[in-house]
Amino acid sequence: MSVQPDVTDLAILRLLAEDATRGAAEIGRMLGLTQPATWRRIRRLTETGVIAGRRIVVNEAALGFGVTVFLGIRLAVKGRVSLEDFERAVMAIPEVQVVQHVLGQFDYRLRIRARDIADFERILRRRIMTLPGVGQVEANVMLSEERRPGPL
Amino acid sequence: MPDATDRRILRQLLADPGMANAELAERAGVTPVSLWRRLERMRENGVIRAVEAKIDWRKLGYEVQVSLRFTLDKTHPRAFDEFIAAARQVPEVTEIQTFLGSVDLRLSVIARDMAHWQQLYRESILTLPHVADSDALMLVSTIKDVQELPL
Repeated sequence: MSVQPDVTDLAILRLLAEDATRGAAEIGRMLGLTQPATWRRIRRLTETGVIAGRRIVVNEAALGFGVTVFLGIRLAVKGRVSLEDFERAVMAIPEVQVVQHVLGQFDYRLRIRARDIADFERILRRRIMTLPGVGQVEANVMLSEERRPGPL
Repeated sequence: MPDATDRRILRQLLADPGMANAELAERAGVTPVSLWRRLERMRENGVIRAVEAKIDWRKLGYEVQVSLRFTLDKTHPRAFDEFIAAARQVPEVTEIQTFLGSVDLRLSVIARDMAHWQQLYRESILTLPHVADSDALMLVSTIKDVQELPL
């Protein structure tokens, strides 16, 4: 289901995408709306699933996770069963934050958090290379990341 | 530096970012006042960089999500800066990452449908500067998307 938000909804989404801790009163003040009117709009955006929760952005390096690696994985054998086996096993790896099934040069793309390069090597050798059906693996170490607001 | 209690709070918060503060305090074994103080401090010193609303683009009619990977022409000294500046001008770009490896740069791009994607690709992506090579991975489904860290 697709929702048709108006210009005011998009402005609210933009403010919440920057800082989800902003209350209805604060957002209302910024957009010239009353607090109840803003609250109703936020509730509707949440109930329809446009706002799909919160993302906490932490300084992962300060928590001892200094390395992010993106992996492209190509399966050696394909078929329904091998996809399910692979997905079940890869989801269980705690350092794997994102798993996406994709079409193109690879079958899956993964986002992995490691303490350092040595830790990443351990994850790659013990956890990734031993996944069922895994074929070609390409690793790229992330240097910087920027999230954009998107078409709001 | 975050101490053991801060880590406990973050572990709970990253596992369930929508959790109410009262429940978070209970799970982390701290009083609500102490929780509030610790969260404030972690925000001030940048351990928590932001709390953002997650937007479901599909619900807004963006059905197509593509991961575009680029190799840049690095003989040009400002290739990265100029490419990134141009990519920021494309509203449908939701993420920009730079890498060390065979790929230099990655963009996450969303589009309403394949016709919109085709138009974006021709008008906004192929026109980005200093591209030596690129390839696209089209998202079929997201199997896992969490922020939890084994803290």
